Amino acid sequence: MGNASSMLTQYDIEEVQDHCNNLFSQQEIVSLYERFCQLDRNAKGFISADEFLSVPEFAMNPLSQRLLKMVDGLNFKDFVAFLSAFSAKASKQQKIELIFKVYDSDCNGKVSFNDILEVLRDLSGPFMSDEQREQVLVQVLKEAGYTRESYLLLDDFVKVFGNSDLKMEVEVPID
Amino acid sequence: MASPRKLPTSSSELDLDRLNIEDYLPFGSSIHEPPGQLRLSVPLSPSFMRRDLLDITPTLTEAAGAIVDDSFTRCFKSNSQEPWNWNVYLFPLWCFGVVVRYLILFPARVLVLTIGWIIFLSSFAIVHFMLKAHDALRRKLERLLVELICSFFVASWTGVVKYHGPRPSIRPKQVFVANHTSMIDFIILEQMTAFAVIMQKHPGWVGLLQSTILESVGCIWFNRSEAKDREIVARKLRDHVLGTDNNPLLIFPEGTCVNNHYTVMFKKGAFELGCTVCPIAIKYNKIFVDAFWNSRKQSFTMHLLQLMTSWAVVCDVWYLEPQTLKPGETPIEFAERVRDIISVRAGLKKVPWDGYLKYSRPSPKHREGKQRSFAEWVLQRLEER
Repeated sequence: MGNASSMLTQYDIEEVQDHCNNLFSQQEIVSLYERFCQLDRNAKGFISADEFLSVPEFAMNPLSQRLLKMVDGLNFKDFVAFLSAFSAKASKQQKIELIFKVYDSDCNGKVSFNDILEVLRDLSGPFMSDEQREQVLVQVLKEAGYTRESYLLLDDFVKVFGNSDLKMEVEVPID
Repeated sequence: MASPRKLPTSSSELDLDRLNIEDYLPFGSSIHEPPGQLRLSVPLSPSFMRRDLLDITPTLTEAAGAIVDDSFTRCFKSNSQEPWNWNVYLFPLWCFGVVVRYLILFPARVLVLTIGWIIFLSSFAIVHFMLKAHDALRRKLERLLVELICSFFVASWTGVVKYHGPRPSIRPKQVFVANHTSMIDFIILEQMTAFAVIMQKHPGWVGLLQSTILESVGCIWFNRSEAKDREIVARKLRDHVLGTDNNPLLIFPEGTCVNNHYTVMFKKGAFELGCTVCPIAIKYNKIFVDAFWNSRKQSFTMHLLQLMTSWAVVCDVWYLEPQTLKPGETPIEFAERVRDIISVRAGLKKVPWDGYLKYSRPSPKHREGKQRSFAEWVLQRLEER
Protein backbone atom coordinates (compact mmCIF):
# COMPACT_ATOMS: atom_id res chain seq x y z
CA MET A 1 0.00 0.00 0.00
CA GLY A 2 1.53 3.24 -1.08
CA ASN A 3 0.52 6.65 -0.09
CA ALA A 4 -2.99 7.00 -1.44
CA SER A 5 -2.90 10.75 -1.84
CA SER A 6 0.01 10.42 -4.22
CA MET A 7 -1.91 7.92 -6.29
CA LEU A 8 -4.79 10.29 -6.92
CA THR A 9 -4.00 13.29 -9.09
CA GLN A 10 -5.84 16.52 -8.73
CA TYR A 11 -7.74 15.66 -11.92
CA ASP A 12 -8.88 12.37 -10.45
CA ILE A 13 -10.07 14.04 -7.30
CA GLU A 14 -11.93 16.73 -9.23
CA GLU A 15 -13.54 14.10 -11.43
CA VAL A 16 -14.79 12.24 -8.37
CA GLN A 17 -15.93 15.47 -6.77
CA ASP A 18 -17.88 16.25 -9.92
CA HIS A 19 -19.48 12.86 -9.82
CA CYS A 20 -20.77 13.44 -6.30
CA ASN A 21 -21.88 17.05 -6.84
CA ASN A 22 -19.03 18.43 -4.73
CA LEU A 23 -20.51 17.06 -1.57
CA PHE A 24 -17.10 15.95 -0.35
CA SER A 25 -13.97 18.03 0.03
CA GLN A 26 -10.73 16.97 -1.63
CA GLN A 27 -9.35 15.75 1.67
CA GLU A 28 -12.45 13.70 2.30
CA ILE A 29 -12.10 12.11 -1.14
CA VAL A 30 -8.51 11.18 -0.34
CA SER A 31 -9.59 9.65 2.96
CA LEU A 32 -12.38 7.75 1.27
CA TYR A 33 -9.94 6.48 -1.33
CA GLU A 34 -7.65 5.14 1.36
CA ARG A 35 -10.60 3.43 2.95
CA PHE A 36 -11.75 2.07 -0.39
CA CYS A 37 -8.33 0.55 -1.05
CA GLN A 38 -8.27 -0.90 2.43
CA LEU A 39 -11.63 -2.61 1.99
CA ASP A 40 -10.82 -3.70 -1.56
CA ARG A 41 -8.37 -6.23 -0.19
CA ASN A 42 -7.59 -7.91 -3.48
CA ALA A 43 -7.21 -4.61 -5.35
CA LYS A 44 -9.85 -5.46 -7.94
CA GLY A 45 -11.12 -1.90 -8.21
CA PHE A 46 -14.37 -2.67 -6.44
CA ILE A 47 -15.45 -3.92 -3.02
CA SER A 48 -17.17 -7.27 -3.05
CA ALA A 49 -20.02 -8.28 -0.76
CA ASP A 50 -17.67 -10.48 1.19
CA GLU A 51 -15.26 -7.63 1.77
CA PHE A 52 -18.07 -5.39 3.00
CA LEU A 53 -19.15 -8.11 5.40
CA SER A 54 -15.64 -8.36 6.81
CA VAL A 55 -16.46 -5.14 8.66
CA PRO A 56 -18.33 -6.54 11.67
CA GLU A 57 -20.11 -3.29 12.41
CA PHE A 58 -21.58 -3.44 8.91
CA ALA A 59 -22.30 -7.16 8.96
CA MET A 60 -24.27 -6.71 12.19
CA ASN A 61 -26.53 -4.07 10.68
CA PRO A 62 -30.11 -5.29 10.18
CA LEU A 63 -30.22 -3.70 6.74
CA SER A 64 -26.81 -4.96 5.61
CA GLN A 65 -28.13 -7.50 3.09
CA ARG A 66 -30.40 -4.92 1.53
CA LEU A 67 -27.63 -2.33 1.36
CA LEU A 68 -25.22 -4.86 -0.08
CA LYS A 69 -27.40 -5.08 -3.17
CA MET A 70 -26.84 -1.36 -3.63
CA VAL A 71 -23.11 -1.15 -2.92
CA ASP A 72 -21.80 -4.52 -4.05
CA GLY A 73 -19.25 -4.14 -6.83
CA LEU A 74 -19.28 -0.33 -7.01
CA ASN A 75 -16.16 1.32 -8.38
CA PHE A 76 -14.64 4.19 -6.45
CA LYS A 77 -16.64 6.93 -8.15
CA ASP A 78 -19.96 5.25 -7.53
CA PHE A 79 -18.89 4.29 -4.02
CA VAL A 80 -18.36 7.97 -3.26
CA ALA A 81 -21.62 8.88 -4.98
CA PHE A 82 -23.47 6.39 -2.79
CA LEU A 83 -21.92 7.79 0.36
CA SER A 84 -22.52 11.39 -0.67
CA ALA A 85 -26.13 11.09 0.50
CA PHE A 86 -24.67 10.87 3.99
CA SER A 87 -22.68 14.06 3.63
CA ALA A 88 -23.75 16.94 5.83
CA LYS A 89 -23.97 19.00 2.66
CA ALA A 90 -26.35 16.65 0.88
CA SER A 91 -29.87 17.93 0.26
CA LYS A 92 -32.86 16.46 1.96
CA GLN A 93 -34.17 15.41 -1.40
CA GLN A 94 -31.05 13.32 -2.00
CA LYS A 95 -31.34 11.67 1.39
CA ILE A 96 -34.99 10.85 0.81
CA GLU A 97 -34.14 9.42 -2.60
CA LEU A 98 -31.67 7.06 -0.97
CA ILE A 99 -34.20 5.96 1.62
CA PHE A 100 -36.68 5.40 -1.17
CA LYS A 101 -34.19 3.25 -3.05
CA VAL A 102 -33.62 1.13 0.02
CA TYR A 103 -37.35 0.39 0.16
CA ASP A 104 -37.73 -0.01 -3.57
CA SER A 105 -35.72 -3.22 -3.77
CA ASP A 106 -36.99 -4.18 -7.23
CA CYS A 107 -36.17 -0.70 -8.55
CA ASN A 108 -39.51 -0.19 -10.27
CA GLY A 109 -39.92 3.33 -8.97
CA LYS A 110 -42.71 2.52 -6.57
CA VAL A 111 -42.88 1.03 -3.11
CA SER A 112 -45.58 -1.51 -2.42
CA PHE A 113 -47.02 -2.75 0.84
CA ASN A 114 -44.80 -5.79 0.59
CA ASP A 115 -41.66 -3.73 0.03
CA ILE A 116 -42.21 -1.91 3.30
CA LEU A 117 -43.14 -5.13 5.02
CA GLU A 118 -39.82 -6.64 4.04
CA VAL A 119 -37.81 -3.73 5.40
CA LEU A 120 -39.83 -4.07 8.56
CA ARG A 121 -38.95 -7.75 8.62
CA ASP A 122 -35.23 -6.94 8.34
CA LEU A 123 -35.51 -4.43 11.16
CA SER A 124 -37.50 -6.50 13.61
CA GLY A 125 -36.23 -10.00 12.78
CA PRO A 126 -37.77 -12.81 14.80
CA PHE A 127 -39.10 -10.49 17.47
CA MET A 128 -42.32 -9.61 15.67
CA SER A 129 -44.67 -12.02 13.97
CA ASP A 130 -45.78 -11.50 10.39
CA GLU A 131 -49.28 -10.70 11.61
CA GLN A 132 -47.98 -8.04 13.97
CA ARG A 133 -45.95 -6.45 11.22
CA GLU A 134 -48.89 -6.41 8.85
CA GLN A 135 -51.17 -5.04 11.53
CA VAL A 136 -48.82 -2.18 12.30
CA LEU A 137 -48.29 -1.36 8.69
CA VAL A 138 -51.98 -1.45 7.74
CA GLN A 139 -52.75 0.89 10.58
CA VAL A 140 -49.96 3.30 9.75
CA LEU A 141 -50.86 3.39 6.09
CA LYS A 142 -54.54 3.90 6.88
CA GLU A 143 -53.76 6.87 9.08
CA ALA A 144 -51.70 8.36 6.32
CA GLY A 145 -54.51 7.92 3.83
CA TYR A 146 -53.17 4.92 1.95
CA THR A 147 -54.40 1.35 1.68
CA ARG A 148 -52.75 -2.04 1.39
CA GLU A 149 -53.01 -1.86 -2.36
CA SER A 150 -51.61 1.62 -2.84
CA TYR A 151 -48.10 2.20 -4.08
CA LEU A 152 -45.92 4.89 -2.58
CA LEU A 153 -43.96 7.00 -5.01
CA LEU A 154 -40.93 9.15 -4.34
CA ASP A 155 -43.23 12.13 -3.94
CA ASP A 156 -45.11 10.36 -1.18
CA PHE A 157 -41.86 9.82 0.63
CA VAL A 158 -40.98 13.47 0.23
CA LYS A 159 -44.34 14.31 1.79
CA VAL A 160 -43.84 11.90 4.67
CA PHE A 161 -40.40 13.15 5.54
CA GLY A 162 -41.11 16.65 4.34
CA ASN A 163 -41.36 18.63 7.53
CA SER A 164 -38.88 16.76 9.69
CA ASP A 165 -35.14 17.05 9.76
CA LEU A 166 -33.38 13.87 8.73
CA LYS A 167 -30.44 12.90 10.86
CA MET A 168 -28.44 11.09 8.27
CA GLU A 169 -24.91 12.34 8.45
CA VAL A 170 -21.64 10.48 8.49
CA GLU A 171 -18.39 12.26 9.03
CA VAL A 172 -15.43 11.17 6.96
CA PRO A 173 -12.41 10.94 9.25
CA ILE A 174 -9.48 12.97 7.99
CA ASP A 175 -6.11 12.21 9.46
CA MET B 1 -22.78 9.62 24.91
CA ALA B 2 -25.97 7.84 25.79
CA SER B 3 -25.36 4.32 26.90
CA PRO B 4 -27.50 1.89 24.98
CA ARG B 5 -29.66 -0.20 27.19
CA LYS B 6 -28.64 -3.70 28.00
CA LEU B 7 -30.50 -6.28 26.06
CA PRO B 8 -31.27 -9.61 27.59
CA THR B 9 -29.80 -12.14 25.24
CA SER B 10 -29.84 -15.87 25.26
CA SER B 11 -26.40 -17.28 25.79
CA SER B 12 -25.02 -20.58 24.74
CA GLU B 13 -21.76 -21.85 26.15
CA LEU B 14 -19.80 -20.49 23.23
CA ASP B 15 -21.29 -17.05 23.50
CA LEU B 16 -20.22 -16.61 27.08
CA ASP B 17 -16.88 -15.84 25.56
CA ARG B 18 -18.24 -12.80 23.89
CA LEU B 19 -18.88 -9.62 25.72
CA ASN B 20 -21.98 -7.74 24.97
CA ILE B 21 -20.45 -5.75 22.17
CA GLU B 22 -23.32 -3.34 22.12
CA ASP B 23 -22.52 -2.23 25.61
CA TYR B 24 -19.65 -0.19 24.45
CA LEU B 25 -19.49 0.10 20.75
CA PRO B 26 -17.45 3.04 19.61
CA PHE B 27 -19.33 5.92 18.08
CA GLY B 28 -21.45 5.38 21.17
CA SER B 29 -24.76 6.93 20.49
CA SER B 30 -24.87 5.97 16.86
CA ILE B 31 -25.93 2.53 17.93
CA HIS B 32 -29.50 1.94 16.94
CA GLU B 33 -31.57 3.84 19.37
CA PRO B 34 -35.17 3.66 18.34
CA PRO B 35 -36.13 7.15 17.34
CA GLY B 36 -39.34 7.06 19.30
CA GLN B 37 -37.73 6.33 22.63
CA LEU B 38 -37.06 9.98 23.16
CA ARG B 39 -40.48 11.07 22.09
CA LEU B 40 -42.61 8.59 23.93
CA SER B 41 -44.04 11.27 26.15
CA VAL B 42 -45.06 13.39 23.19
CA PRO B 43 -48.74 12.98 22.31
CA LEU B 44 -49.00 10.63 19.40
CA SER B 45 -49.95 12.09 16.13
CA PRO B 46 -50.39 9.87 13.09
CA SER B 47 -47.49 11.45 11.28
CA PHE B 48 -45.12 10.62 14.10
CA MET B 49 -45.82 6.93 13.89
CA ARG B 50 -45.78 6.94 10.15
CA ARG B 51 -42.61 8.91 9.88
CA ASP B 52 -40.78 7.05 12.58
CA LEU B 53 -41.78 3.69 11.23
CA LEU B 54 -40.62 4.53 7.73
CA ASP B 55 -37.63 6.48 8.97
CA ILE B 56 -34.75 4.05 8.66
CA THR B 57 -32.08 6.75 8.88
CA PRO B 58 -30.52 5.63 12.18
CA THR B 59 -29.83 2.18 10.80
CA LEU B 60 -28.71 3.54 7.44
CA THR B 61 -26.40 6.06 9.07
CA GLU B 62 -24.84 3.35 11.17
CA ALA B 63 -24.22 1.18 8.13
CA ALA B 64 -22.67 4.03 6.17
CA GLY B 65 -20.58 4.97 9.19
CA ALA B 66 -19.23 1.44 9.33
CA ILE B 67 -18.38 1.56 5.63
CA VAL B 68 -16.49 4.83 6.01
CA ASP B 69 -14.60 3.89 9.14
CA ASP B 70 -14.72 1.18 11.77
CA SER B 71 -12.69 0.43 14.83
CA PHE B 72 -12.31 -3.25 14.01
CA THR B 73 -10.45 -2.74 10.76
CA ARG B 74 -8.30 -0.13 12.48
CA CYS B 75 -6.97 -2.78 14.84
CA PHE B 76 -5.42 -4.71 11.99
CA LYS B 77 -4.17 -1.89 9.82
CA SER B 78 -0.45 -1.96 9.16
CA ASN B 79 1.12 1.40 9.55
CA SER B 80 2.93 2.31 6.40
CA GLN B 81 6.29 3.88 6.97
CA GLU B 82 6.36 7.60 6.54
CA PRO B 83 8.80 8.12 3.64
CA TRP B 84 11.62 10.45 4.53
CA ASN B 85 13.70 10.29 1.36
CA TRP B 86 11.89 13.09 -0.37
CA ASN B 87 14.51 15.67 -0.99
CA VAL B 88 17.93 15.98 -2.55
CA TYR B 89 19.84 15.87 0.72
CA LEU B 90 17.85 13.08 2.28
CA PHE B 91 17.74 10.83 -0.73
CA PRO B 92 21.48 9.97 -0.86
CA LEU B 93 21.41 9.40 2.88
CA TRP B 94 18.49 7.05 2.48
CA CYS B 95 20.26 5.21 -0.37
CA PHE B 96 23.29 4.83 1.85
CA GLY B 97 21.05 3.41 4.52
CA VAL B 98 19.54 0.89 2.10
CA VAL B 99 23.00 -0.27 1.06
CA VAL B 100 24.08 -0.68 4.68
CA ARG B 101 20.88 -2.44 5.68
CA TYR B 102 20.67 -4.86 2.78
CA LEU B 103 24.32 -5.47 1.93
CA ILE B 104 26.02 -5.30 5.33
CA LEU B 105 23.51 -5.72 8.14
CA PHE B 106 21.36 -8.33 6.47
CA PRO B 107 24.15 -10.78 5.53
CA ALA B 108 25.73 -10.33 8.95
CA ARG B 109 22.40 -11.13 10.55
CA VAL B 110 21.84 -14.18 8.40
CA LEU B 111 25.27 -15.35 9.49
CA VAL B 112 24.47 -14.78 13.14
CA LEU B 113 21.23 -16.65 12.79
CA THR B 114 22.87 -19.54 10.95
CA ILE B 115 25.55 -19.88 13.61
CA GLY B 116 22.83 -19.74 16.21
CA TRP B 117 20.90 -22.54 14.53
CA ILE B 118 24.00 -24.71 14.13
CA ILE B 119 24.89 -24.36 17.79
CA PHE B 120 21.32 -24.84 18.84
CA LEU B 121 20.47 -27.85 16.70
CA SER B 122 23.64 -29.75 17.45
CA SER B 123 23.44 -29.15 21.19
CA PHE B 124 19.74 -29.81 21.24
CA ALA B 125 20.13 -33.14 19.49
CA ILE B 126 22.87 -34.17 21.89
CA VAL B 127 20.93 -33.11 24.95
CA HIS B 128 17.72 -34.60 23.74
CA PHE B 129 19.07 -38.04 22.92
CA MET B 130 22.03 -38.45 25.28
CA LEU B 131 20.34 -37.33 28.45
CA LYS B 132 17.22 -39.42 28.14
CA ALA B 133 17.80 -40.89 31.57
CA HIS B 134 18.32 -37.59 33.39
CA ASP B 135 15.00 -35.97 32.98
CA ALA B 136 15.47 -32.92 35.17
CA LEU B 137 18.86 -32.03 33.79
CA ARG B 138 17.71 -32.57 30.22
CA ARG B 139 14.75 -30.28 30.66
CA LYS B 140 16.88 -27.61 32.23
CA LEU B 141 19.34 -27.70 29.36
CA GLU B 142 16.62 -27.73 26.73
CA ARG B 143 15.10 -24.71 28.40
CA LEU B 144 18.41 -22.89 28.25
CA LEU B 145 18.90 -23.81 24.61
CA VAL B 146 15.48 -22.52 23.60
CA GLU B 147 16.28 -19.26 25.36
CA LEU B 148 19.58 -19.18 23.52
CA ILE B 149 18.12 -19.58 20.04
CA CYS B 150 15.55 -16.90 20.84
CA SER B 151 18.39 -14.57 21.81
CA PHE B 152 19.95 -15.28 18.43
CA PHE B 153 16.67 -14.41 16.76
CA VAL B 154 16.41 -11.16 18.67
CA ALA B 155 20.02 -10.38 17.77
CA SER B 156 19.21 -11.00 14.12
CA TRP B 157 16.99 -7.94 14.10
CA THR B 158 19.22 -6.01 16.50
CA GLY B 159 16.44 -6.16 19.05
CA VAL B 160 16.72 -3.32 21.50
CA VAL B 161 14.45 -4.64 24.21
CA LYS B 162 14.08 -3.03 27.57
CA TYR B 163 12.61 -5.26 30.25
CA HIS B 164 10.95 -3.58 33.23
CA GLY B 165 9.91 -5.28 36.44
CA PRO B 166 10.78 -8.58 38.09
CA ARG B 167 11.57 -11.57 35.86
CA PRO B 168 9.04 -14.39 35.91
CA SER B 169 9.91 -17.43 37.96
CA ILE B 170 8.78 -21.03 37.77
CA ARG B 171 5.99 -21.77 40.16
CA PRO B 172 2.69 -23.53 39.92
CA LYS B 173 -0.69 -21.88 39.59
CA GLN B 174 0.24 -18.81 37.65
CA VAL B 175 -0.24 -17.81 34.04
CA PHE B 176 1.26 -14.93 32.11
CA VAL B 177 -0.85 -13.01 29.67
CA ALA B 178 0.43 -10.48 27.15
CA ASN B 179 -0.89 -8.36 24.34
CA HIS B 180 -0.08 -9.75 20.92
CA THR B 181 1.43 -7.95 17.96
CA SER B 182 3.46 -10.55 16.15
CA MET B 183 4.95 -13.95 16.70
CA ILE B 184 8.13 -12.12 17.65
CA ASP B 185 6.43 -11.23 20.95
CA PHE B 186 6.93 -14.81 21.84
CA ILE B 187 10.59 -14.80 20.81
CA ILE B 188 11.25 -11.62 22.77
CA LEU B 189 9.65 -13.00 25.92
CA GLU B 190 11.16 -16.42 25.43
CA GLN B 191 14.73 -15.17 25.38
CA MET B 192 14.39 -14.13 29.02
CA THR B 193 12.27 -16.99 30.32
CA ALA B 194 11.41 -20.27 28.67
CA PHE B 195 7.65 -19.94 28.66
CA ALA B 196 5.30 -22.66 27.61
CA VAL B 197 3.00 -20.93 25.18
CA ILE B 198 -0.46 -21.61 23.80
CA MET B 199 -0.49 -20.82 20.14
CA GLN B 200 -2.25 -21.33 16.89
CA LYS B 201 -0.73 -24.20 14.94
CA HIS B 202 1.08 -22.73 11.95
CA PRO B 203 1.88 -24.32 8.63
CA GLY B 204 5.36 -24.52 7.08
CA TRP B 205 8.68 -24.33 8.87
CA VAL B 206 7.15 -22.58 11.86
CA GLY B 207 4.83 -25.54 12.30
CA LEU B 208 7.79 -27.89 12.14
CA LEU B 209 9.57 -25.95 14.89
CA GLN B 210 6.41 -25.92 16.93
CA SER B 211 5.91 -29.64 16.84
CA THR B 212 9.56 -30.62 17.39
CA ILE B 213 11.51 -28.18 19.48
CA LEU B 214 8.96 -26.02 21.20
CA GLU B 215 7.05 -29.01 22.37
CA SER B 216 9.98 -29.74 24.67
CA VAL B 217 9.29 -26.59 26.67
CA GLY B 218 5.69 -27.65 27.07
CA CYS B 219 4.02 -25.49 24.45
CA ILE B 220 0.44 -26.32 23.50
CA TRP B 221 -0.86 -25.97 19.97
CA PHE B 222 -4.37 -25.71 18.72
CA ASN B 223 -6.36 -24.89 15.67
CA ARG B 224 -8.48 -21.79 15.97
CA SER B 225 -11.23 -23.13 13.78
CA GLU B 226 -11.52 -26.54 15.48
CA ALA B 227 -14.23 -26.40 18.10
CA LYS B 228 -13.00 -29.69 19.51
CA ASP B 229 -9.57 -28.20 20.16
CA ARG B 230 -11.05 -25.80 22.67
CA GLU B 231 -11.87 -28.56 25.11
CA ILE B 232 -8.59 -30.35 24.66
CA VAL B 233 -6.63 -27.14 25.15
CA ALA B 234 -8.64 -26.24 28.22
CA ARG B 235 -7.84 -29.61 29.74
CA LYS B 236 -4.15 -29.37 28.86
CA LEU B 237 -4.05 -25.90 30.39
CA ARG B 238 -5.45 -27.12 33.67
CA ASP B 239 -2.96 -29.94 33.83
CA HIS B 240 -0.06 -27.70 32.93
CA VAL B 241 -0.60 -25.02 35.58
CA LEU B 242 -0.81 -27.62 38.32
CA GLY B 243 2.62 -29.11 37.61
CA THR B 244 5.29 -27.68 39.92
CA ASP B 245 8.18 -28.08 37.53
CA ASN B 246 6.46 -26.93 34.34
CA ASN B 247 7.66 -23.85 32.56
CA PRO B 248 5.56 -20.78 33.27
CA LEU B 249 2.57 -20.62 30.98
CA LEU B 250 2.20 -17.74 28.53
CA ILE B 251 -1.09 -16.94 26.85
CA PHE B 252 -1.91 -14.27 24.31
CA PRO B 253 -5.58 -13.91 25.21
CA GLU B 254 -6.40 -11.75 22.20
CA GLY B 255 -5.99 -14.84 20.07
CA THR B 256 -4.75 -12.87 17.09
CA CYS B 257 -2.15 -10.24 16.20
CA VAL B 258 -3.24 -6.63 16.67
CA ASN B 259 -1.27 -3.67 15.38
CA ASN B 260 -0.01 -2.47 18.76
CA HIS B 261 -2.30 0.56 18.83
CA TYR B 262 -5.37 -1.27 20.08
CA THR B 263 -6.30 -4.22 22.23
CA VAL B 264 -9.17 -6.48 21.24
CA MET B 265 -11.26 -8.53 23.65
CA PHE B 266 -9.40 -11.00 25.84
CA LYS B 267 -10.62 -14.58 25.67
CA LYS B 268 -11.67 -15.70 29.08
CA GLY B 269 -9.84 -19.06 29.03
CA ALA B 270 -6.73 -17.83 30.83
CA PHE B 271 -8.79 -16.15 33.51
CA GLU B 272 -10.90 -19.06 34.68
CA LEU B 273 -8.08 -21.41 35.60
CA GLY B 274 -8.14 -20.20 39.18
CA CYS B 275 -4.53 -19.06 38.90
CA THR B 276 -2.70 -15.86 39.56
CA VAL B 277 -2.57 -13.89 36.32
CA CYS B 278 0.63 -11.96 35.64
CA PRO B 279 0.09 -9.34 32.94
CA ILE B 280 2.87 -8.48 30.53
CA ALA B 281 2.61 -5.36 28.40
CA ILE B 282 4.62 -5.12 25.19
CA LYS B 283 4.97 -1.89 23.29
CA TYR B 284 6.94 -1.58 20.08
CA ASN B 285 8.55 1.61 18.99
CA LYS B 286 7.81 1.97 15.30
CA ILE B 287 10.70 4.26 14.61
CA PHE B 288 12.48 1.78 12.33
CA VAL B 289 9.98 -0.90 11.48
CA ASP B 290 6.38 -1.84 12.16
CA ALA B 291 6.48 -5.03 14.20
CA PHE B 292 2.83 -5.86 13.49
CA TRP B 293 2.55 -9.15 11.64
CA ASN B 294 -0.31 -8.75 9.22
CA SER B 295 -0.73 -12.45 8.54
CA ARG B 296 -3.15 -11.80 5.72
CA LYS B 297 -0.63 -9.88 3.70
CA GLN B 298 2.64 -11.49 4.71
CA SER B 299 3.96 -14.90 5.51
CA PHE B 300 5.93 -15.14 8.70
CA THR B 301 9.12 -15.62 6.69
CA MET B 302 8.54 -12.34 4.86
CA HIS B 303 7.79 -10.68 8.17
CA LEU B 304 11.10 -11.88 9.58
CA LEU B 305 12.96 -10.74 6.47
CA GLN B 306 11.40 -7.32 6.83
CA LEU B 307 12.62 -7.16 10.42
CA MET B 308 16.06 -8.41 9.48
CA THR B 309 16.53 -5.70 6.85
CA SER B 310 15.54 -2.90 9.18
CA TRP B 311 17.89 -0.98 11.45
CA ALA B 312 16.51 -2.33 14.68
CA VAL B 313 13.43 -3.55 16.49
CA VAL B 314 12.90 -1.35 19.53
CA CYS B 315 10.52 -2.44 22.21
CA ASP B 316 9.61 -2.21 25.86
CA VAL B 317 8.39 -5.10 27.95
CA TRP B 318 6.75 -4.57 31.31
CA TYR B 319 6.19 -7.41 33.76
CA LEU B 320 3.26 -6.06 35.74
CA GLU B 321 1.74 -6.65 39.15
CA PRO B 322 0.19 -10.15 39.42
CA GLN B 323 -3.60 -10.12 39.68
CA THR B 324 -6.05 -12.55 41.21
CA LEU B 325 -9.77 -12.97 40.79
CA LYS B 326 -11.57 -10.70 43.21
CA PRO B 327 -14.49 -12.12 45.18
CA GLY B 328 -17.66 -11.83 43.15
CA GLU B 329 -15.83 -11.12 39.92
CA THR B 330 -16.65 -13.15 36.81
CA PRO B 331 -13.81 -14.40 34.60
CA ILE B 332 -14.92 -11.95 31.91
CA GLU B 333 -14.73 -8.99 34.28
CA PHE B 334 -11.38 -10.24 35.45
CA ALA B 335 -10.15 -10.45 31.86
CA GLU B 336 -11.34 -6.90 31.23
CA ARG B 337 -9.56 -5.65 34.32
CA VAL B 338 -6.29 -7.23 33.22
CA ARG B 339 -6.79 -5.84 29.73
CA ASP B 340 -7.18 -2.40 31.28
CA ILE B 341 -3.90 -2.76 33.12
CA ILE B 342 -2.03 -3.84 30.00
CA SER B 343 -3.66 -1.21 27.79
CA VAL B 344 -2.82 1.60 30.16
CA ARG B 345 0.80 0.50 30.56
CA ALA B 346 1.42 0.00 26.85
CA GLY B 347 -0.69 2.99 25.80
CA LEU B 348 -3.15 0.97 23.73
CA LYS B 349 -6.77 1.79 23.00
CA LYS B 350 -9.38 -0.75 23.96
CA VAL B 351 -11.99 -1.85 21.46
CA PRO B 352 -14.86 -4.22 22.24
CA TRP B 353 -14.30 -6.57 19.33
CA ASP B 354 -13.55 -10.23 19.38
CA GLY B 355 -10.34 -10.69 17.37
CA TYR B 356 -11.71 -13.91 15.90
CA LEU B 357 -14.06 -11.82 13.78
CA LYS B 358 -11.06 -11.61 11.48
CA TYR B 359 -11.78 -15.21 10.59
CA SER B 360 -15.53 -15.42 10.92
CA ARG B 361 -18.66 -13.33 10.61
CA PRO B 362 -20.38 -11.95 13.70
CA SER B 363 -23.06 -14.25 15.05
CA PRO B 364 -26.66 -13.33 14.27
CA LYS B 365 -27.08 -12.68 17.96
CA HIS B 366 -25.49 -9.27 17.65
CA ARG B 367 -27.98 -8.25 15.01
CA GLU B 368 -30.83 -9.66 17.02
CA GLY B 369 -30.16 -7.21 19.81
CA LYS B 370 -30.94 -4.33 17.52
CA GLN B 371 -33.93 -6.07 16.03
CA ARG B 372 -35.33 -6.81 19.43
CA SER B 373 -35.18 -3.22 20.58
CA PHE B 374 -36.78 -2.05 17.35
CA ALA B 375 -39.57 -4.60 17.66
CA GLU B 376 -40.18 -3.72 21.30
CA TRP B 377 -40.44 -0.09 20.39
CA VAL B 378 -42.94 -0.67 17.59
CA LEU B 379 -45.10 -2.97 19.69
CA GLN B 380 -45.06 -0.54 22.55
CA ARG B 381 -46.22 2.26 20.28
CA LEU B 382 -48.92 0.03 18.89
CA GLU B 383 -50.25 -0.79 22.33
CA GLU B 384 -50.40 2.82 23.35
CA ARG B 385 -52.96 3.79 20.83
